[in-house]
Amino acid sequence: MKYVDEFRDSEKARILAAEIAALTARMAIPPRRPLHIMEVCGGHTHSIFRYGIEQMLPKEIELIHGPGCPVCVLPMGRVDDCISIAERPGVIFATFGDAMRVPGSRKTLLQAKAGGADVRMVYSPMDALTLARNNPARQVVFFGLGFETTMPSTALTILQAEAEGITNFFIFCNHITIVPTLRAILESPELQLDGFIGPGHVSMVIGTTPYDFIAADYAKPVVVAGFEPLDILQSIWMVLKQIAEGRVEIENQYARVVATNGNAAALAAVARVYELRDFFEWRGLGSIDHSGVKLRDSYAAYDAEKKFIVPNIKIEDPKACQCGEVLKGQIKPWQCGVFGTSCTPESPLGALMVSSEGACAAHYQYGGARQPVEMR
Amino acid sequence: MCLGIPGRIIKIDDPREKLATADIGGVKRQVNIACIVDEAHPMESCVGAWVLVHVGFAMSRINEAEAAETLKILVDLGEAQAEIAAMRLSAAQ
Repeated sequence: MKYVDEFRDSEKARILAAEIAALTARMAIPPRRPLHIMEVCGGHTHSIFRYGIEQMLPKEIELIHGPGCPVCVLPMGRVDDCISIAERPGVIFATFGDAMRVPGSRKTLLQAKAGGADVRMVYSPMDALTLARNNPARQVVFFGLGFETTMPSTALTILQAEAEGITNFFIFCNHITIVPTLRAILESPELQLDGFIGPGHVSMVIGTTPYDFIAADYAKPVVVAGFEPLDILQSIWMVLKQIAEGRVEIENQYARVVATNGNAAALAAVARVYELRDFFEWRGLGSIDHSGVKLRDSYAAYDAEKKFIVPNIKIEDPKACQCGEVLKGQIKPWQCGVFGTSCTPESPLGALMVSSEGACAAHYQYGGARQPVEMR
Repeated sequence: MCLGIPGRIIKIDDPREKLATADIGGVKRQVNIACIVDEAHPMESCVGAWVLVHVGFAMSRINEAEAAETLKILVDLGEAQAEIAAMRLSAAQ
């Protein structure tokens, strides 16, 4: 596929791995304190495991898998809220497939569906709007999920519903925002990071300037990266070069998709429809101020939280589950006590095992890979 | 859900609703193009454009020149490595 295959060339991957190894050798990094580079985005985590990128790096470089998988950071209580809405008579609950198998305190959306709730898997929020158009007697609720990457598509769908005068379409808004999340990570005393692989598709929407504070206030390099193996290797090399040369900058490896100022139309839709919540609860990370958005009052007619009574009860994660420690990079997925035993992709205990972008599911699926796969 | 997939806009379906058909790896699917249309990029300019599609929305045009530039850096790196390897070999002889 165009713009995919070119960035999976194994010869170029070898060249980059050699550059990274040579640069690392020159930097004389003490082995007991490897460089910690965090990839924030779950899409990057997935690619890193799928292509065996960690196996291509010298041992002085350690990748820390960040919290950027929106499905993985959903607290159990939020899944319970979804189920409570989905089980109401007259409701069609539409969701991206990724969220279907995330465990709530009693069951998943998939199990609720098996029990009779009308849960539909959709590819796009526009498909959920079509459900509303075709079922005027039903209340169609779309589970709005994701960082800035998917925020505009939900917002544009609400604007479309408004334009068409559709009144049986609602959003259960669980969109989250990246900058407060990054700030929380940077403020976390347990985390000692040396640089970031910045999220590619969030940046496609917001641009690269919102990260300037990471260089200015925290003196950490950021390289916004694409998702193919060459993109990730090149971005690691660019972070290393910054460290080696004593630079701290926000660089953009993914310029074919990401513009410095982001996407104006997408940002306008986001600004029109959403406002920041005071705080949002994250699985494993706790409550982070201003890290989620809700619909503005002017769009209250589309807000599932206003239309339905949502329980909004905080549920603790299962004791054995160490998703939080994995999310913060304190332990590796396989160091979790239940990894691969009572927690597997077929029957996940924690959300990191559910989504293919979760560090645990990615490690479970590809962890054994010693060689980069599916490269040309 | 967060991973985009490259596709090519093949026709405009509904200019008012900003809907177009994209060919995504051989699969044809209707996509919303509201985020890639502006004064500098009118509706007609979308046809033939490579875009990144997320959950049914074309979210970005793929910049061909930037893609080529990124790949060129990698080619240059490879050439530099080959040069250095040749120098080493030559010195050893």
